[in-house]
Amino acid sequence: MNNLLIDYTLHLADNALIIAQRNAEWCGHGPILEQDIAITNISLDLLGQSRNFYQYAATLINQTKIAGGSKAPSPLGEGVGGEVTEDSLAYLRTEREFKNCLLVEQPNGDWGQTILRQFFFSAYQYLLYEKLQLGKDEQLAAIAAKALKEVTYHLRWSSEWVVRLGEGTEESHSRMLKAIDELWRYTGELFIAADFEKGQGVEVSLLKDSWIKKVADVFEEATLPIPEKVFMQTGGKNGIHTEHLGFILTELQYLQRAYPNSTW
Amino acid sequence: MVIEPKIASQKIWQILETVCDPEVPVLTVTDLGIIRDVKINGDEVEVIITPTYTGCPAMDMIAMNIKLALIENGYPNTKISSVLSPAWTTDWMSEEGKRKLKEYGIAPPQQESGRFKRRESLNVPCPQCNSTNTRLISEFGSTACKSLYQCNDCKEPFDYFKCH
Repeated sequence: MNNLLIDYTLHLADNALIIAQRNAEWCGHGPILEQDIAITNISLDLLGQSRNFYQYAATLINQTKIAGGSKAPSPLGEGVGGEVTEDSLAYLRTEREFKNCLLVEQPNGDWGQTILRQFFFSAYQYLLYEKLQLGKDEQLAAIAAKALKEVTYHLRWSSEWVVRLGEGTEESHSRMLKAIDELWRYTGELFIAADFEKGQGVEVSLLKDSWIKKVADVFEEATLPIPEKVFMQTGGKNGIHTEHLGFILTELQYLQRAYPNSTW
Repeated sequence: MVIEPKIASQKIWQILETVCDPEVPVLTVTDLGIIRDVKINGDEVEVIITPTYTGCPAMDMIAMNIKLALIENGYPNTKISSVLSPAWTTDWMSEEGKRKLKEYGIAPPQQESGRFKRRESLNVPCPQCNSTNTRLISEFGSTACKSLYQCNDCKEPFDYFKCH
């Protein structure tokens, strides 16, 4: 029982951490200063969300370890003295132990591709947190209720950018078409529940119609097409990732791997 | 030393009124409305705070500053706890806080929260010249809680503390 909740919490945390890390790659590289600040602000919000989820997961894991002895759940991501913390979960788990969806680990590409990835994900997160805040788990509900306020900004900001680029110039329009081509195949996974998502209060498959509607509304304004009959890639939630996650973790975890237990 | 709860609680609130937000130093933690409760358990003082934005990096520093202020004032045994629910809103910011923000050059939140789904359509008054002929430059500013505006009359760019 508890193991499913732990995996679910880690999944929520990993999603937020990995897209935060991707967005942070833009720091100092944004197309203009204001948007550099915007994308890194969004990154910071998402990093904050991941911290809240990791802290909760760590509490659950440590409780289960005390109660269950050696029957502790995996993955452990144990830190100093065998204690699990938010940091050990972020820095000491391997690629196969990360449960984020494939969408969030996709490369930044150009600004259009980053915008589209954020829009797809924020539209999903918005619907998910709207439900999660009413869920039976009080801590997840509290994190979701708080984060929802911020996700609202992310969704509005990214929607506006999709419209701006979609109906902008010929160049920006064609880049958005390429971004859709690149990313659409990773959106199906969001709505296929992994085992740990079942019974957690949010039925992800039921979010799909609302998500499509939101995307269709924004795409219509942006004069962009919704792709049809695309084969959907899956696996991320169960630890089977695209090649990109390994590179992200190599950078993200470098310090703790090279200099274990180092602190600022 | 067992602390007398009633007297101490009042004193502690007074001490908290001297602890400032490191990012917006004119605001105290009580102006911001992030102190949810003060509890006295024997000789321990517990201050319960709630974060403004989920990823706000100032929160760790605020917690430490509260601790230091209490130690300086003779309460060595302190605990800072954090609660997420109910989620912080700018509605909890004091009127005094809003006045101080404006004086500092940051436009205070203009509406009640809960209307954040739509872009705030009203014109935010310029904290320098009070003109409402202003425009949004960027929804995201120098910190998570602010967005960037410019006054069309006096041309001064300014931060706006978003309704949240």
